[in-house]
Amino acid sequence: MRYVDEYRDADKARALATEIAALCEPGRQYKFMEVCGGHTHTIYKHGIDDYLPESVQLVHGPGCPVCVIPMGRVDDAIAIAEQSDVIMATFGDMMRVPGGRGSFFDSKAAGADVRMVYSPLDALTLARRNPDKRVVFMAIGFETTAPSTAMTVLRAAADGVDNFSVFCNHVTIIPAIKAILDSPDLRLDGFIGPGHVSTVIGCRPYEFIARHHGKPLVCAGFEPLDVLQSVYMIMRQLADGRAEVENQYARVVPWDGNAKALTAIAEVMELRPYFEWRGLGFISQSALKVRDEYAAFDAERIFDVPGVRVADPKACQCGEVLKGVIKPWECKVFGTACTPETPIGTCMVSSEGACAAYYNFGRFSRAHVHEATKR
Amino acid sequence: MSDATAREQQVLDRIEQARRRPARVTDERITLAHGAGGKATHRLIEAVFLGAFRNPVLEALEDQAVITVGDQRLAFTTDSFVVSPLFFPGGDIGDLAVNGTVNDLAMSGARPLCLSAGFILEEGFPVADLERITASMAAAASNAGVQIVTGDTKVVERGKGDGCYINTAGVGVVERSVDLGAGKAQAGDAVVVSGPIGEHGITVMLARGELEIEADVQSDTAPLHALVDSLLDAAPGVHCLRDATRGGVATVLNEIATASHIAIALEEDRVPVRPAVSGACELLGLDPLYVACEGRFVAVVDGAQADAAVDALRAHPLGESAAVVGRVNADPEGLVLLRTAFGGTRIVDMLVGDPLPRIC
Repeated sequence: MRYVDEYRDADKARALATEIAALCEPGRQYKFMEVCGGHTHTIYKHGIDDYLPESVQLVHGPGCPVCVIPMGRVDDAIAIAEQSDVIMATFGDMMRVPGGRGSFFDSKAAGADVRMVYSPLDALTLARRNPDKRVVFMAIGFETTAPSTAMTVLRAAADGVDNFSVFCNHVTIIPAIKAILDSPDLRLDGFIGPGHVSTVIGCRPYEFIARHHGKPLVCAGFEPLDVLQSVYMIMRQLADGRAEVENQYARVVPWDGNAKALTAIAEVMELRPYFEWRGLGFISQSALKVRDEYAAFDAERIFDVPGVRVADPKACQCGEVLKGVIKPWECKVFGTACTPETPIGTCMVSSEGACAAYYNFGRFSRAHVHEATKR
Repeated sequence: MSDATAREQQVLDRIEQARRRPARVTDERITLAHGAGGKATHRLIEAVFLGAFRNPVLEALEDQAVITVGDQRLAFTTDSFVVSPLFFPGGDIGDLAVNGTVNDLAMSGARPLCLSAGFILEEGFPVADLERITASMAAAASNAGVQIVTGDTKVVERGKGDGCYINTAGVGVVERSVDLGAGKAQAGDAVVVSGPIGEHGITVMLARGELEIEADVQSDTAPLHALVDSLLDAAPGVHCLRDATRGGVATVLNEIATASHIAIALEEDRVPVRPAVSGACELLGLDPLYVACEGRFVAVVDGAQADAAVDALRAHPLGESAAVVGRVNADPEGLVLLRTAFGGTRIVDMLVGDPLPRIC
């Protein structure tokens, strides 16, 4: 397939792998966090780990937008969906994320009208087609999806669609990275920066990571060669003794971001004082809510949201797993209270999360898998 | 063994124990995941249905039962069809209902004999649509050489059905001395797929019109018994045959790996996928290995007969793109592994729920 196969060339991958291996200092261990869930998916789907030396480890970060939604917010959304005149519209992968009392799938089974959409505009269309219903869009995601939510609210306001609202759960990436960086027990050597978020916010917001924390960050694309090249670029910086923000994904990410998208977000949304992240706890100024001017489109104000707080069990150590401080099996609730069927923390929610992957396949070492797939 | 390694082993052992416990359904209600053909479906079947109906024939959990009557081996199966939309490029619920049951019979090596058809119709459903469906059922039955010999009709109130649901059951006779089963794969066998995968699933997903993606793709729905005949003539050492419907090729291979206590190593670049399907999958974030087919099967064949098997399949119009896509290894037991086209490796798990488009 054109424009895809070029970025999946196994010969180029082998060449990059050789260069990465050559940059490894003997005896040194390297841990890089890929912040974005999309990168985790690429790494898993193409088996990128197989090209990395034993001493280079990729740590899955907090950037899976559905996994970081706390249980209480899922319960709130379900409470809205259960009202008789409501159609809840949501992205597909939110459907099975469990709250304290089930997922959207469960509430749909119990009679709620929950529909899958592919864009917030589809939810707006639903509202137009169902004037006797109140249509609520479950807005989730980082700065990647926030502009489309904002544009949809602006469209609804301009067209006077009064049965449409958004349940705003948009989060921002920088405070989450900061929370990880500020941790005293941090064991990371560099970051693979989130490519899609960066198309909106650009590369500048990451500069503090290099400047104040001395860690390299490379904004990366989502094809396997993009990720491998970004690892190489981070390794190169470490070998040169540099810590900078670099842009591997320049074919898509402008250094200064997308001003139009940022303006739309700023017009419709403002920062919340704090927001809860599944597994990471409360992080200040880490999420967006709908501004007063657009209160008519804010499900939190329209509906009597119970504001459920389901505290992550104290023993959940997602934060430490994310920071690379402990391995999944070292968490106190791993495999007992927290399993893929009854996930507690973000690392267990997504099948690509570090804990879910370890739960399912931890008994097989990489060497084991490698041996079994030899041609 | 270091302290940490010992503790890690303890945790792994505990998970293994939990895995071996009898399946339980913890959900209070049925969700769509229970019908997706993946893990939840398997749990439901094992805990609820097998729990209630347990007997040696059912326990094999094949797509059909093979029962001996006198000196005849009969194959017997049933399948229900609830596809939406009812009409899609390349077919409709009618030919799907005939071909699906014909194929479930064919996968045991049986010659399909006759079918039943049960209709659940919703009040208000256009008779013209019903006639269109029955016409394509008749055509599919004639094409497959079977007759629809008995049936049933029920009408439910408006809003209590999705227009038209069809159940078909079928009987066939196993005349060959084959003994096929998901539990019969052996180390050294080759894994063959009969044609390009994922076409039915992508066609139906696009035909729903929610994605605003257009692609030149058609359902692959087709009766497979003649193709199976050519395969078994050329390669009597076929050990497993399954059509890759719900849950796709990945799910079928997981079933075989689990039932046979073997490992399957796949090679991604050998799996036939048409460009329109791989393109749509790229856009939607789906993996073609999990997308349903209605006219493709997976065969596990004695390694020495792999070439003969592929040659025989390719000689038939429905098997033109048949290919060896992997092989069976002794271990790691129960696992399906994939060497990616990029040159890495990954584990191909059973489908967890419906394949859902990713948001990013």
